[in-house]
Amino acid sequence: MRTLRLLLEKEFRQIFRDKGLLPIIFIMPMVQLLIMPLAANFDVKNINLAVVDRDHSTYTQQMVSKIASSGYFRITGYYTDYAPALHQIEREKADIILEIPAHFETDLVRESKASVYVAADAINGTKAGLGSAYLNTILGDFNNEIRMKWLPAKMAAAGTVDVTYSNWFNPEMNYHLYMVPGILVLLVTMVGGFVAALNIVKEKEIGTIEQINVTPIKKWQFIIGKMIPFWVIGMVDFTIGLLLARYVYGVIPVGSLLLLYSFLAIYLVALLGFGLLISTYSDNQLQAMFVAFFFIMIFMLMSGLFVSVDNMPSWAKVIAKLTPVTHFIDVVRMIVLKGSRFSDIKMQFLYEIAFAVVLNGWAILNYRKTA
Amino acid sequence: MDTVILQHISKSYVKEGPPALQDVSFSVKKGELFGLIGPDGAGKSTIFRILTTLLLSDKGSATVAGYDVVKNYHEIRSCVGYMPGKFSLYQDLTIEENLHFFATLFGTTVAANYALIKDIYEQIAPFKNRRAGKLSGGMKQKLALCCALIHRPEVLFLDEPTTGVDAVSRKEFWEMLQRLKAEGITIVVSTPYMDEASLCERIALIQNGQILSINTPAKIIEAYPGKLYALTAPKVHLLLKDTRQYAGISLCYAAGDKLHLSFKEEGKEHPAGLLSWLESKGHQGVRIEEITPDIEDCFIAKTSTHE
Repeated sequence: MRTLRLLLEKEFRQIFRDKGLLPIIFIMPMVQLLIMPLAANFDVKNINLAVVDRDHSTYTQQMVSKIASSGYFRITGYYTDYAPALHQIEREKADIILEIPAHFETDLVRESKASVYVAADAINGTKAGLGSAYLNTILGDFNNEIRMKWLPAKMAAAGTVDVTYSNWFNPEMNYHLYMVPGILVLLVTMVGGFVAALNIVKEKEIGTIEQINVTPIKKWQFIIGKMIPFWVIGMVDFTIGLLLARYVYGVIPVGSLLLLYSFLAIYLVALLGFGLLISTYSDNQLQAMFVAFFFIMIFMLMSGLFVSVDNMPSWAKVIAKLTPVTHFIDVVRMIVLKGSRFSDIKMQFLYEIAFAVVLNGWAILNYRKTA
Repeated sequence: MDTVILQHISKSYVKEGPPALQDVSFSVKKGELFGLIGPDGAGKSTIFRILTTLLLSDKGSATVAGYDVVKNYHEIRSCVGYMPGKFSLYQDLTIEENLHFFATLFGTTVAANYALIKDIYEQIAPFKNRRAGKLSGGMKQKLALCCALIHRPEVLFLDEPTTGVDAVSRKEFWEMLQRLKAEGITIVVSTPYMDEASLCERIALIQNGQILSINTPAKIIEAYPGKLYALTAPKVHLLLKDTRQYAGISLCYAAGDKLHLSFKEEGKEHPAGLLSWLESKGHQGVRIEEITPDIEDCFIAKTSTHE
């Protein structure tokens, strides 16, 4: 016990003396939490639309003005031919082309049927996909309006299905509400896991571990002595993040804080085990850094922070499930936004405990006092 | 029983190529100051790492203070002091904190064994609140020695303690070792400096992972094969080339501003024959005299016969 206290004392003293490390641990996550949710916004706005109008009728005018007033589109130009409009896409001045054929109005009135052509620049997949979808909805609405006008009131009323939306747990579809908890998890991950990994490798690199190994200190004492400080720092960082989320973004956890923190406690043990594992395989800080960077990339992209895990192909889902970060992001969102209870997140708890056991067990097996 | 015993220790870091240690056996008596003398890469550090339980040998066995380095590694760790070749204390902790840290790790206090380190610690005490990373080379050395001694070890392992330290500090350091020896601590020290060898009670000459010879420095010098001569002349460089071409020479090398040489067969005619041969080559003012060899000469003689 005395040894452990001594190790902790030494570790904290070193951390607070490291003028380079302190801002990384405490300032950097705050800055990121203040910047990232504001920048990472998936709402697609300002889609540039090039209109090829070969008809020049009242209907086409009505249609285009309806599109323009929707707020999603910015009409960049009117053309009479397709080629110059396509040229606009090539020059990245336009994202979508809407082509209205000649005799559009005549066809619509005579044959009560007319088609338009939509071409989207699919280089930016999200913009193309969402833009076309928005455009479809608007055209559908327009279509309905015309039907209403022409058909007898009775029939029209019978034929429409009215859809009303209600966004549960996030009624205003506030993007911050969705992103802030996820980013919070990522920051705790970076600080808790990787700073710890680098710290242990540093002892190897400088050679202090040799001197430590010749003392009667036990393997578990050294490991616990390294883990506790970063576990505490992880907790502190998460708390700071939660306060920022509350006072800057107005994200107030609906669920139990106790539940949230108990999950965090287990998550941090799993994460520190992962950091320890990296450190046992690296000889110097540079190696550890690159390995950590590789995994941070996977965590960022696979954890469901930006892309929903449900949309991934099945093999990718497996990878996502095997990432401790995924489950924690899931749980933080559930507890903070939905107010989920323990019974709702039992599975994630089990996953995280499994990660903690496997990662730490592997790391300890691989950590050899006698090389 | 001897304090440190190595029996047929071999170690390879790589599968192919020459091993780091090849069938090394020696023993160190209790209270002895034992020196491992050899150039860089001879295998000195590997021996230390095996004896301090940081490394497992491939073959052979070793005991330190009666404990087996493999089975009883935990006991060994409590009773040896180790100072690695590279400064391995916490650079961001102060002198005092480092000392306190290692004392507590060994379950003791600085005060309990202060008498042992007093002489050394007093020299660095004025800087006790300075971080170890900001100390000069000599002061780092003293701090490392203090930390290795703080639990009053039975055996002290010092891996090249004087490498990269100035001449004055080196001298001081060896004086400190003599005092520690007087306290009854067994000391195993390695050095690449041959002049330090004579300060040890017994030495082992080591080269390419093999022990060339083990004895007291005086005995090793006594056992020098044949006679050694020193040659002086105004132009030593050309002299070396020409002397080596003389038929009767077995060894010739530069040592300081002189040439040291020995002949293949002893005989009165050789020194005079060499002088006249050199004069015929155009060298003037060449003088030759017989000298007593030092450890370095012995080492060179040993390695050349070994090859």
